[in-house]
Amino acid sequence: MDKLQEILARYEKCRSSLIPIVQEAQEAFGYIPREVLLKVAKHLCLPPATAYAVATFYAQFHFTPQGRHKVRVCQGTACHVCGGKSIMDAVQQELGVSPGENTPDYRFRLERVACVGSCSLAPVVVVDDKIHGAMTAAKVKELIRFPGGGKMEREAKSGKMKRRTKRTLG
Amino acid sequence: MIGAAMKRIVSIKELESLRERIRATRDPGRLRITICGDTGCRASGSIELAGALEKELTRRGLNNSVDLRISGCPGFCQKGPVMTVQPLRIFYRQVGRLDRQQDINDIIETTVIAREPVQRLLYEDPETGEKITDIKEIPLYRKQTRIVLKNTGEIDPDSIEEYIAADGYAALAKVLVTDPEEVIDWIKRSGLRGRGGAGFPTGLKWQFCREAKDRSMRYIICNADEGDPGAFMDRAVMEGDPQSVLEGMIIGAYAISRGICPAEGYIYVRAEYPMAVKTLRKAVEQARSYGFLGENILGTGFNFDIKVKEGAGAFVCGEETALMASIEGKRGMPRTRPPFPAQSGLWGKPTNINNVETWANVPRIINGGPDWYAAIGTEKSKGTKVFSLAGRIRNGGLIEVPMGTTLREIVFDIGGGVPGGKKIKAVQTGGPSGGCIPAELLDLPVDYERLAEAGSIMGSGGLIVMDEDTCMVDITRYFLEFTKSESCGKCNPCRLGIRQMHRILEDICAGRGKPGDIELLAELAGVIKKGSLCGLGQTAPNPVLTTIKYYRREYKEHILNGFCPAGRCQGLFRCEIDPALCKGCGICIKTCPAGAIAGEKKQAHVIDPEKCTGCGACYEKCTLHAVRKVRPTKIRSLETIQDSVPDSRLGLVR
Repeated sequence: MDKLQEILARYEKCRSSLIPIVQEAQEAFGYIPREVLLKVAKHLCLPPATAYAVATFYAQFHFTPQGRHKVRVCQGTACHVCGGKSIMDAVQQELGVSPGENTPDYRFRLERVACVGSCSLAPVVVVDDKIHGAMTAAKVKELIRFPGGGKMEREAKSGKMKRRTKRTLG
Repeated sequence: MIGAAMKRIVSIKELESLRERIRATRDPGRLRITICGDTGCRASGSIELAGALEKELTRRGLNNSVDLRISGCPGFCQKGPVMTVQPLRIFYRQVGRLDRQQDINDIIETTVIAREPVQRLLYEDPETGEKITDIKEIPLYRKQTRIVLKNTGEIDPDSIEEYIAADGYAALAKVLVTDPEEVIDWIKRSGLRGRGGAGFPTGLKWQFCREAKDRSMRYIICNADEGDPGAFMDRAVMEGDPQSVLEGMIIGAYAISRGICPAEGYIYVRAEYPMAVKTLRKAVEQARSYGFLGENILGTGFNFDIKVKEGAGAFVCGEETALMASIEGKRGMPRTRPPFPAQSGLWGKPTNINNVETWANVPRIINGGPDWYAAIGTEKSKGTKVFSLAGRIRNGGLIEVPMGTTLREIVFDIGGGVPGGKKIKAVQTGGPSGGCIPAELLDLPVDYERLAEAGSIMGSGGLIVMDEDTCMVDITRYFLEFTKSESCGKCNPCRLGIRQMHRILEDICAGRGKPGDIELLAELAGVIKKGSLCGLGQTAPNPVLTTIKYYRREYKEHILNGFCPAGRCQGLFRCEIDPALCKGCGICIKTCPAGAIAGEKKQAHVIDPEKCTGCGACYEKCTLHAVRKVRPTKIRSLETIQDSVPDSRLGLVR
């Protein structure tokens, strides 16, 4: 809760600080625990219901713990026209969860987003804030097996992929 | 850099001498390599490329003879990462896509040392196969008029000094010694209209806000909640030339509040654009330390400051009253107008709200003069419009064209047409609030009025090209799925009506359509349009109305024949193998989840129509294009439906 006090101290005590505080709290805790929202409301002298009403209105806020790697599949118009739905199907199949859900081991969280503004690269998948363009069902499955990208991606290219795939899928 | 020892600029004269000093330190012959660091190219690896290039230049001891910098989006996102080398006027595309080290070595040896272009990395005209060196000669750029995007992709967005060298803040200097009423008059004379979609005359808006009765405070807001899927112009401007937006806002604040009351500015940016938020915050900080924001701007006694607010993921917050509610820390729900924001906006004070692109236009108009600006464009729509060109298009990206340019010019001359030899079917403008314009109307000049006549809207500038593989019913269903989940829920016709329309469209796409569905959709659309408070509800039926108007046949095929002519809606087509093309490789047999395909190796395979579920998996997999999508065997009669909805009822004017 020290973290929260630190955040609260940085903002003016007025209603317009509510959204930025909740945003920072989510950044710090990964989601918005009930106690945190109650404390924020108390600090800003707002009824808890008001704080809750505002927080639940915006798609950005979550009230349950989130998977470690956030996989966001873009379903914007350009991505839709270029086959974004089949990418979503492939990801769902690979992770075994629906959009808005976490995998049982909390390794992944799957989300659908309306547009990330990289339409020229459609279809697009965002894994942990890194945008991957021109996706195919096969490429996205690979991407999820190696969410870290970088080193593993290079290894995948140099032919070590098969061994790793087996191990990861175990 | 001069910046390190920079003190606040306290007079207009000092600004001019700083500009001279920055320009004088530049050697025009010095090599400048600019790599695009915009989200698109970043995804293609441009930042890693810049890092590797810098390392190699340092290793060879060349880092002092070359300026390497990261810029905003020059527009050619599909061919990223892109790089320009000045003053040699060389443009490279897809640098480092295949072999980064090889490309870097070639660039250093051929371009940096010998000052010649690397042929392999130049853009190749897909028609003629000719290599093009200069970025200005590429078809994507040739037909453009870059006013708003003048600096985007040219300057380093994180450097205010580069902006100052490119005539930055000259417009502000001019405005600060002019009567505010006259500034408003300039904007009025230029004919600038709101670029957020509705197209309200900007000068008039400013005047209303200036003349508001309440004389205690004025709020100036930049609407950067670019939520339309398929639109990224505002993001590109914010990430590529943030100072232009700030300068526009300061000019607006001066024109609206000077001599009346204090003013304060807000930029409301969408949460999905973390880069834009970062760039803007940095830009505001720099502008403040140079004295363009804060107290006593340029020594003229004018005070104004800007705060950057991050949205929290609600499409409806792009609506002005909802946006203001969100800044106030409330649920982002629209309210009735009047009172208009110009009378009572943020915290009940007179507020002027404009879109990113509108603000970025302002300094250009002041610098070039209102008459120059008014000479560009059509009779009622002046200036240029930035579009994000995406979808099924060869050269997608960020473009800026004069108003009145035809869709055909945009799609074919600039965008290079549809890839893969497919035919163009429609162009979608205005996002989920806009409509689909069919290929027959491609000669439509793009301006506010003409697009509205065709049933669509200008919108913020997303332009999605659709080819023959796109099912228009499916795309409509898609848009309604979006507006359904983004409706704030305040007005019943919007909240419930869109849900019902979406349900009907889902049924049609799944082959459960009924005769009468088209009529019901049209009726619902009319109610939603009339019964909603804000732009979201009022425009959400547009995709339905335009597709019914232009593609009614396709709807009928779905409803009556259970057939999706584009082969997109699952189950509404059957796959068939062309025996002449099939080589019997067996891939489709392995792919088919229903086990409907049979055949000997190296002999043409056959699909059992009884077992086929019409998933299209074999169509996607077949490399020989031997699988075709055809009508399902069961056919209902087409005659049972009549055209019972006249066009007038669809609320469209042809």
